[in-house]
Amino acid sequence: MNKARANPYNTAAMHGALILYTLIALFPVFVIIINSFKDRRSIFREPLALPNSESFSLIGYETVFTQGDFFLYFQNSMIVTVASLFFVLLFGAMAAFALAEYRFKGNLLMGLYLALGIMIPIRIGTVAILDMMVATGLVNTLWALILVYTAQGLPLAIFILSEFMRQVSDDLKNAARIDGLSEYAIFLKLVLPLVRPAMATVAVFNMIPIWNDLWFPLILAPAEETKTLTLGSQVFIGQFVTDWNAVLSALSMAILPVLTLYVIFSRQLIRGITSGAVK
Amino acid sequence: MTALSLKNVHKSFGNIHVLKDINIDVEDGEFVVFVGPSGCGKSTLLRVIAGLEDATSGDIQIGEDMVNVVPPSKRGIAMVFQSYALYPHLNVRKNMSLALKQERQPKSTIDARIEKASKMLNLEAYLDRFPSELSGGQRQRVAIGRAIVREPKLFLFDEPLSNLDAALRMNTRIEIANLHKQLGASMVYVTHDQTEAMTLADKIVVLRDGRVEQIGSPMELYNNPANKFVAGFLGSPSMNFLPESVLDGANNNTIGIRPEDLFISKDGPLLVRVSHVEHLGGDTNIIAHVEGHQITARLFGQHKVDQDSELRLAFKPDRTYAFAQDGTRLR
Ligand SMILES: Nc1ncnc2c1ncn2[C@@H]1O[C@H](COP(=O)(O)OP(=O)(O)O)[C@@H](O)[C@H]1O
Ligand SMILES: [Mg+2]
Repeated sequence: MNKARANPYNTAAMHGALILYTLIALFPVFVIIINSFKDRRSIFREPLALPNSESFSLIGYETVFTQGDFFLYFQNSMIVTVASLFFVLLFGAMAAFALAEYRFKGNLLMGLYLALGIMIPIRIGTVAILDMMVATGLVNTLWALILVYTAQGLPLAIFILSEFMRQVSDDLKNAARIDGLSEYAIFLKLVLPLVRPAMATVAVFNMIPIWNDLWFPLILAPAEETKTLTLGSQVFIGQFVTDWNAVLSALSMAILPVLTLYVIFSRQLIRGITSGAVK
Repeated sequence: MTALSLKNVHKSFGNIHVLKDINIDVEDGEFVVFVGPSGCGKSTLLRVIAGLEDATSGDIQIGEDMVNVVPPSKRGIAMVFQSYALYPHLNVRKNMSLALKQERQPKSTIDARIEKASKMLNLEAYLDRFPSELSGGQRQRVAIGRAIVREPKLFLFDEPLSNLDAALRMNTRIEIANLHKQLGASMVYVTHDQTEAMTLADKIVVLRDGRVEQIGSPMELYNNPANKFVAGFLGSPSMNFLPESVLDGANNNTIGIRPEDLFISKDGPLLVRVSHVEHLGGDTNIIAHVEGHQITARLFGQHKVDQDSELRLAFKPDRTYAFAQDGTRLR
């Protein structure tokens, strides 16, 4: 690895490939953002041109802020995403710890059962879920979404986290037991900090699908006061006419919070990786 | 008074019987070494004493107290693990203070004990470092320090030196011996290395396949092994075993001779062919064959012996050990 780094051609090739990938990945985002600042005609005439004094327009943002309650949608999305991630990580880590740490009858079967959800898309059960939400009176509440997303995220979270928790050395946990830490303290103060990179991975994997989901908000919480950002943006996409200015502006703003959350989690990822390398 | 007493301890994992009828007493202030080959159940026995595993049956007494159902943290023990098991996200000071904080000791006590232990182990300069910033030897000393600050009734060491390189191993071995003298504490030390056992122990417990083979002081075991296994396990190079027939004996027994009890003699009874010579400076080891059996002689000083040459070895008859076919000692 060090040898490859020392060679300037390898370094150049590596950076070239990474830069190319970055450009490709960021291009759509870039196009969305520049076009959100142009008037409708310029969007279609020259989609790749930067906004200039002639084409510059904030009409999309004006529409977004005046039509519908954009801030409420935004807030709903944020609450649903953060709460779902919190529950996925909390319950996922607790279940994973039990599976990884304790010998009990049916441990293996339980692990397989909990991981089964990875292979079965939760949307297959939409009708049953809707029935259940109606019966419990949770339709048109944010809780409906939070519960569904937590259920959706748990299988992969348990699978990944239990694998990582098995790698935390037994000696370490035994040392903690001798030092008088309770099982809860071992979980919270010892194992969780050590699997933080895995937690960040799980968070990142779960975050984007939840934030972008249209299906469940549309079915379970379509009321005005529980609309998420993705659902709220749909008002601008009509069957016959689409308000592209508004759609692009809404999308541009929707990227920001995801980016913020991603930066927070990826810091953890990187810190985890380097601390492992030094050890 | 006894610091630790094990009575008829058994341990099974499912139907694998790992520990079989273990009876051991450790006196106050004694340094006891459990020694045996890998996989014989030493770590399991230590974990049973620590309370990390429950014994399937039998009694464990630490000091005055029966501790069969007492959790590890309340047994008055401290353990040093082979892998050090330092908390990677805590610095050295916090690694050492964690147990004391759990016991709700006052801060002044905690600071005083950390200062004393870190002085004893030369760790003062490293108190604010993280385990990842320490060398292997330093990590080992932190692990020992973490045990010392608890001032336990009984120290448990599980192969603490096996991850260190040879030079460091010798230094740390001496440090542990000094520590035992300074603290006067009771210690149980597990190792598969007979040199560590011989040099450190007041009392050695030899284990094989989950059974106690013999208990005694290092010299008792060396001079008076109860069976062929103990005789072969202690001592380096290990004891030579020859069928009695090679020595003109009539029976099917095995005769054991320690390498240092053999010497070159023109009219010795053993005609051997030298296959290898190790010149160690102070000693010379001759590895030879007699009638297809390998035999090692350890000669004091430097000797010029040619490979593939033939020579005669002799020994004093009263320095031999006889073993029956099942390995028991014949006296
Ligand atoms: N948790 C366990 N489950 C099943 N078998 C075990 C377990 N722990 C240890 N053993 C078995 O017990 C035997 C003794 O292991 P151990 O005490 O670690 O040996 P040593 O420390 O002397 O090398 C080994 O054969 C091992 O496979
Ligand atoms: Mg072991």
